Amino acid sequence: MIKSLHKRKSELANTSKQLEILSNGIFANGELPKFKDKIEEPLRPKALEILQINLGYMCNQACAHCHVDAGPDRKEIMTKETMQLCLEVIKKTSAHTLDFTGGAPEMNPNFRWFVEQASRAGITDFIVRSNLTIILANKKYYDLPEFFKKHNIHVISSMPHWTRGKTDKQRGDGVFDKSIKALQELNAVGYGIPNSPLKLDLVFNPSGAFLPANQNALEKDFKKALLEDFNIHFNNLFAITNLPISRFLDYLIASENYEDYMHALVEAYNPSTLSNLMCTNTISVSWDGWLYDCDFNQMLNLKLAGKVKHIKEFNEELLQNRNIVISQHCYGCTAGAGSSCQGSVT
Amino acid sequence: MSKTYYDPADLKKFGKISEWNEELGTKFFDYYNKVFEEGTLTEREKSLIALAVAHTIQCPYCIDAYTGDGLQRGITKEEMMEALHVAAAIRGGASLVHGVQMMNKVNKLEM
Repeated sequence: MIKSLHKRKSELANTSKQLEILSNGIFANGELPKFKDKIEEPLRPKALEILQINLGYMCNQACAHCHVDAGPDRKEIMTKETMQLCLEVIKKTSAHTLDFTGGAPEMNPNFRWFVEQASRAGITDFIVRSNLTIILANKKYYDLPEFFKKHNIHVISSMPHWTRGKTDKQRGDGVFDKSIKALQELNAVGYGIPNSPLKLDLVFNPSGAFLPANQNALEKDFKKALLEDFNIHFNNLFAITNLPISRFLDYLIASENYEDYMHALVEAYNPSTLSNLMCTNTISVSWDGWLYDCDFNQMLNLKLAGKVKHIKEFNEELLQNRNIVISQHCYGCTAGAGSSCQGSVT
Repeated sequence: MSKTYYDPADLKKFGKISEWNEELGTKFFDYYNKVFEEGTLTEREKSLIALAVAHTIQCPYCIDAYTGDGLQRGITKEEMMEALHVAAAIRGGASLVHGVQMMNKVNKLEM
């Protein structure tokens, strides 16, 4: 299993270094336009709908493209005190969806407590971004499908391909077989089954320096292959573009694909994606309570613009008056059909 | 002129062909885009056919384009290589099948 950039003491573990790379070179010499010049007007938020809460960077996997730089060697994890602060916000916010991410959010020892408290606070729309293999990682996680079902949690899981080779290359040896087993277990309790209210969506990330193809066409291929080969059902496939940050940026630079990839993103810029970008209806909360426009900005340590910076200062009215913080990585969400945690945006 | 006949950057300029004859260029690209839409064959199947044909006609632009297109569509390297062997088999077979002509000639002329 690969080590995180932090553990390797890579210079890219420093977010300033990543931002420096994204602002210099081809974006400083005029070869490519900066994102702020491309969009012409500042990005502004719409009504807040989703609180995406990162419960920690700890993960039982270490995927080659991970924008969080998550892995078993990351120890950052949300405390119960910070969860309490989130719960206070949940009680008064207009956001209707809690979207738990990580790392592996289920590895936070207070994950279930948090879900139960949020449920009591009136939240009915939960998303968990589960890496699937966590369900089989330890017997204390074996009942996760039942827990998800009990709270009608919408499960969204990464699955880069329907074949072992491509999946394991991106997500680690043995991940494909375990993911298939976990999907079958989720199916067994009703997830992803036609007409079932239990939603199971998959996420496709390209396994290399290229953009995803049409989401609907990919979904058809995934559905056919997973059903024929493993009798697996799921609801929707979200095609998500890899953003040039963290470990994927490290890969792009090491493989000498960085400049070509940025050219591909800029050439695929689609202005019609702007009104539906996830940063316009989501606030991302880090494990230690800081607030960001999206999970990618969180990983670049680009905190919200304006006065409200931390969950303890949460003020929805003030938040609505901010400009969204952008950099060149944002081209990843505006390429082609657009990309968000819910897949294409057009 | 550049020092090589092929420049990868020229692939992105393909659309400029229309600038010198808009009518025919537009008709060609309309046709091209229509061909690759899903029909009886899927877009994925058409991409694999295009990749095989690209190798048969040895077009570096097309190989570049349809290798990338295949990756985006989740086509595996095993599928790509199988498609190439189909192209190679037809291309090799086309040479070899002419051996019948050679054999006919030899059989006619030799005592």
